Amino acid sequence: MLRNIRSETLIAGFLLLPFFAVYGLVFVYPTVQMFITSFTDAPLIGDGKWVGWQNYARLPNDRMFILALWNTSYFVVLSVVPGTVVALFVALGVSRLKGWLQSAVLALFFLPYILPVGVVYFLWDWILNYQFGIGMHGLEYLGLERAPVFKTLTWFLPATALVTIWWTAGFSFLLFLAGIRAIPPEIYEAATLDNAGRWRTFRSITWPLLWPVTALVLTIQMILQLKIFDQVYLFSIGGRPNDTMVMVQYIYTRAFVNNQGGRAAAIAVTLFAIVIIISVFQFQLLRMVGGSDRK
Amino acid sequence: MNYVNLQRWNLLGGIVTVLTVAFSLLWAFPIYWGIVTSLKPDDEVIRPIVELWPENLTFEHYTNALFNTQIGQWYVNSVAVAVGATVLTIIPSMLCGYVISQLNFPGRKILWWLILASFMVPTQTLIINHFELMAQMNLLNTWTGMILPQLIHPVIIIVYKQFFDNVPKDFREAALMDNASELRILWKVFVPMNWGITTALSIVVFIWTWNAFLWPFLAVTQSANMTVPVGITQVNDNFGVYYARQLAAAILAGLPVAIVYLLFQRQVTRAITLSAGIKG
Repeated sequence: MLRNIRSETLIAGFLLLPFFAVYGLVFVYPTVQMFITSFTDAPLIGDGKWVGWQNYARLPNDRMFILALWNTSYFVVLSVVPGTVVALFVALGVSRLKGWLQSAVLALFFLPYILPVGVVYFLWDWILNYQFGIGMHGLEYLGLERAPVFKTLTWFLPATALVTIWWTAGFSFLLFLAGIRAIPPEIYEAATLDNAGRWRTFRSITWPLLWPVTALVLTIQMILQLKIFDQVYLFSIGGRPNDTMVMVQYIYTRAFVNNQGGRAAAIAVTLFAIVIIISVFQFQLLRMVGGSDRK
Repeated sequence: MNYVNLQRWNLLGGIVTVLTVAFSLLWAFPIYWGIVTSLKPDDEVIRPIVELWPENLTFEHYTNALFNTQIGQWYVNSVAVAVGATVLTIIPSMLCGYVISQLNFPGRKILWWLILASFMVPTQTLIINHFELMAQMNLLNTWTGMILPQLIHPVIIIVYKQFFDNVPKDFREAALMDNASELRILWKVFVPMNWGITTALSIVVFIWTWNAFLWPFLAVTQSANMTVPVGITQVNDNFGVYYARQLAAAILAGLPVAIVYLLFQRQVTRAITLSAGIKG
């Protein structure tokens, strides 16, 4: 028996070699390095002097850092809950459809999620083009003034959030759809027999049973949007990137534009901590809320 | 349920169906509009009225994107990076999932918890040190340099482990009696029994890496080495300010993943639900 375990350990080690090689090289090593770099004044490439907590100490007084933190939070508020609500409603609608119609409608809602960010950027940059964009007709129809959306500070983050919802809601929608399909039909049959109305059925059956999925979707979306970079960066080209800066973009700017690897790493460690703390707590919290709701 | 009640039920249901279908068409409209615009001649593109179909259909923007830009080279780069990253993600993850699921060795639990925990680590924060590492290894502006930092998908290991857990214990024990090696058991028993999940996971990893922006954007500075989704956003002079040309290039960039999705819809949706921790 002992011999058996020893040989299994050996084989396990052997089969894990590719995993250890990959994760060691591009995951564990860079993570450790990130923490070390954050205590130095290193440039992007090369070593620096040890400066202790200095890079962290200057963050509370760093206007740009505060702005990036604020913009990221604002963006999370604009995108997470609205995107989840849209995805939930669409999933409820689509789950009622049958056969080919359901497949077709599902594909239409899901397609944007599959596109590279550059494509999403060009599509919406064209739709919201100040001079020729079809979206401007929409604005005028609603009685609003045309605006160069991505060059106007008040519009930038809301518009980027809208585009992000369009791009990523397909993912949440899919999770909701799986959640709805997992609800046993017998429960609904029982509700119909009890003459429960639509709203009541939704309130006492669908919603409580979907709460775990909702908690998952909210957590995933929140973490995804905290790490936002691509869309914000692309839409800010030719705009006012210094005013619309978000966290990952600030890491990028410090490291790759200003060549300050150490300072950038301190911001990266901060974001790293924020994301991990939120992933751990939010999901637990939402589950607890859902649990008490069901009583 | 009486007759009036039933009628109201059906009417409401009908309205919800119509609204859902209408909303789905509206949702997909930006894609349709991008395609239509890319098929219009430049003078039609900037007309102030809304024309849902080109008056003179043209493919000139596509031929321009294909022949006057580096998009051909970018396609080669994209395919190489996406295929390479897919193979190099799937194989180590499959092996790791098998080992954790089937073998008994000290540290197995700890390894599993570490993998579950690494799920939360935001890899975007590693860009600085990825860049330094790739620079030290002289891998900037190369396919390998674009691939390596994109191999971190702990979720693939998690899904494999869960699927291998569902294979009855007798299969492995019977094979061990026949003196089959672990690699052979994995390859001849566990993988064939789970081909569906391997295909589904490979397809989504391919889509994820094809679409990746941040890392390929940082790892490459020369336009000849870019992937398609990065190239179209970085090299503007090839397109000028012509909206239709940009859209044609964008559509060419999205086309491969859109085709992959439409061909393998069920696998894609299944793998994506699984990757979020929901059994599909």
